[in-house]
Amino acid sequence: MKSYARPLLAVLFVALLATPWLIRRYGSRATATAAARDARSSYGFRLVESAKAAGLDFVHEAPTFDAKLAHIMPQVASMGAAVAVVDVDADGHADLYVTSSREGSRNRLYRNKGDGTFEEIAERLGLADLNGGRTGVSMGSAWADYDNDGFDDLLLYRWGRPELFHNDAGKGFTLVSEQAGLPAWANINSAIWFDFDRDGRLDFFMGGYYAEGVDLWKLPTTKIMPESFEYASNGGRKYLYRNLGGGRFEEVSAARGLASTRWALAAVAGDLRGTGYPDLFIANDYGVSELFVNDGGRFREVGRQTGVGYAPKSGMNASLGDVLNQGRFAIYVSNISEEGILIQGNNLWVPSSGSTGALPTYENLARAMNVDLGGWSFGAQFGDLNNDGFQDLYLVNGYVSASRGESYWYDYSKVAGGHEVVISDAANWPAMGTRSLAGYQPKRVWVNDGAGRFVDVAQMVGVTDRFDGRSVVLGDFANRGVLDVVVANQRGPLLYYRNDVAPGRSYVAFELEGACRPDTPAGTRCSNRNAIGAQVTLHWDGQQQVQEVFGGSGFCAQNQRRLHFGLGAATRVDKAVVRWPSGKMQEIPSPALDRVHVLKEPA
Amino acid sequence: MTSIARLGDALGLSRLDKRYLAPVLVTIVLIVGQVTFGFLESWSRTALAIGTSIGMELLLGRLLGGSWPHLASAYVSGISVGMLVRSPEFWPYALCSAISITSKYLIRVDGRHIWNPSNLGIVAMLVLAADTVASLSVQWGNTLLPMITVWVFGSVIIGTLGRFHITATYVLSFVAFAALRAAITGDPFLAEVAPITGPMYQLFIFFMITDPKTTVKPRWAQCLVAFLVAAVEAGFRLMQFVHAPYYSLFIVGPIANLIEIALTRRAARAAASPVLLGSPAVSPLPQEATRVRS
Repeated sequence: MKSYARPLLAVLFVALLATPWLIRRYGSRATATAAARDARSSYGFRLVESAKAAGLDFVHEAPTFDAKLAHIMPQVASMGAAVAVVDVDADGHADLYVTSSREGSRNRLYRNKGDGTFEEIAERLGLADLNGGRTGVSMGSAWADYDNDGFDDLLLYRWGRPELFHNDAGKGFTLVSEQAGLPAWANINSAIWFDFDRDGRLDFFMGGYYAEGVDLWKLPTTKIMPESFEYASNGGRKYLYRNLGGGRFEEVSAARGLASTRWALAAVAGDLRGTGYPDLFIANDYGVSELFVNDGGRFREVGRQTGVGYAPKSGMNASLGDVLNQGRFAIYVSNISEEGILIQGNNLWVPSSGSTGALPTYENLARAMNVDLGGWSFGAQFGDLNNDGFQDLYLVNGYVSASRGESYWYDYSKVAGGHEVVISDAANWPAMGTRSLAGYQPKRVWVNDGAGRFVDVAQMVGVTDRFDGRSVVLGDFANRGVLDVVVANQRGPLLYYRNDVAPGRSYVAFELEGACRPDTPAGTRCSNRNAIGAQVTLHWDGQQQVQEVFGGSGFCAQNQRRLHFGLGAATRVDKAVVRWPSGKMQEIPSPALDRVHVLKEPA
Repeated sequence: MTSIARLGDALGLSRLDKRYLAPVLVTIVLIVGQVTFGFLESWSRTALAIGTSIGMELLLGRLLGGSWPHLASAYVSGISVGMLVRSPEFWPYALCSAISITSKYLIRVDGRHIWNPSNLGIVAMLVLAADTVASLSVQWGNTLLPMITVWVFGSVIIGTLGRFHITATYVLSFVAFAALRAAITGDPFLAEVAPITGPMYQLFIFFMITDPKTTVKPRWAQCLVAFLVAAVEAGFRLMQFVHAPYYSLFIVGPIANLIEIALTRRAARAAASPVLLGSPAVSPLPQEATRVRS
């Protein structure tokens, strides 16, 4: 070796070691950390936490399961805080239904009084006292008008017995689970409404987490945990209830191709192929995601072929958004990232190919678009928070926030990688005590710059909470033309972030109503009254954005069904094209700005 | 010759150039892991790690050594990095490989590199780029079949190389220390044993701790070092270091090598100087009479 070679090699070595620091220092990862005196002028909006002022005084409480799980109770009892937006009395103001999970705790239905405040009406309507050891405890709710009578009905899913409540014109609810044929016990952690066979009657999907034979309050064995951290298929079964009309349902999961026992945590249905039929995406904990494409009412799992079902992670969210204003949906799946321990990274599956009717292929652009690292991520929703014409992304996170000085990560990772005999038996898991696991995490509010990059502005716009976020929903709760944010936190308070958007940013919104009614004869070509599955494509300034009415998305969440398009400084919209679930097309030329358009399905 | 080595001999492995055995084994591990579970972050990332490793080896070997180096070692380093590093980014794979190979040429004592290259590279990444990099942990399922496959192939090949005793010593030591940790912490014994049933350890016990270039020479000393790696790792585990085995080997490996180098120097000096009063020369670490050499 020549005399100068070693010093040169040493310089190279030091430069290599310094590279991570240099990338951190000068890399392109975009997080807004510079102090902004006025978030509205810098980012176009700010979020002001206003739960107390609005009368939202809910605090989630967690359940207590069989004593055999006492040593890991914080980990096992770590879900159940959920929120859904519903207009329960059809008065045009978005209400909120929130679930709690402690045995004996009360769920809440907050009616929007239209003056910026809410009142609790769950007790009065019989939707509060729904958590108990015999029936199980709430994990979330999904709302839809299954009989097309103009009022949204409630599907309450639990670790326990799921229930269907019929909404009696906003004045009360009738339990109709038996008539609907719901299972006596299932550990459901996700449910959505959709019209999978496009017959004008809304069907629903429920995804099991623990196997349905597991009663967490009466455990004969501790062998209830996943058999693998990333390849488990010993979770709960899936349910697909086809609406037969007249309040009757038929469970058709096997007949329609929905066979899976992975650990489902989230689901969303949307037309990903342009066929008119809603496809079903399931985010699974402890395994790969599943994409079931809908071939005329029959499902076919194509996760591997499309690219979304190849790398197993810890899926906890499923939401769809047209992030590039290209008229196609990307799929956002949240996972786990913990510095130096487990960097799964969240997935943003962006379609890279696929013509109408053909299988799309997806590419994970989460890293490239800067939405990959969100800690122990849970619920997320797309929405244009600053009305600039691009879909932003709100993500909540944090698993168990307990002792600030002690972490359970070491013990968790120790067992998670072990053989199935070890991991699947709760008795083998070290005691958690008061330790945290991915606790006190900062949330992410990623603003879409419209050029393929998102910037996290959470701390700058006022989202500074560190609760264990689970479910997040977006809605315009004061009919101001902006999207407010509501977050349900595990063992924490319900947060209501009121959005304060900078002036000079326009919007246009659409509320859709399908033509089917309770007395519509079978076979009539009409859409479900909620218009779940309808797509609106807005064309303006040489660009387009598609949105769809979903019957649930995110993690145990349901946004307001109204479709909200921010427009930035645009002064006119070229057109809005509506594709109804029935297949009917409707074009709205130059819809007026800054108003909500109520659209009824044409005859 | 051990029975495992005899099996390898029967399979014809002993007739192969020994330098190709480790690459063959690590490729088997890669294929089994990927076919059964798709455990790689991506093929492209692994290819980047391998390519960088080989490229750096060619570059540095030619520039600094004056000849084209044999690439088996670089291939093993690259593929190990490609499997063990977990990151959504691409650059950590290239950087880890580059650090690994550069360290091999830079950090040398008496012509020997004292750190296992990929161990050093991975530790560097875990410490310096913890926000982006983790290590392989849960990405290989939790079932027995892939592990048995790797163990069968691994044992035969490592046995043929005459290094199975290192792996066996480490595994037995790990299990013993797991029992000790369970007694100390009160955690279930199976929880303490669990890590060694995971995929990362299969690479660690067959490739890192057995690396001929960075282990001491005498067989008994190799066993002692393997035991000490497990012992220090147990200490790290009691302090709840997730990446305890990497850190342990990072510390124990070079110290063992430096001790051996120092003893070898002393022995060489003693041999070079006149023997006084008939006293015996200082010997390096005593060698076994019969030893399977690679």
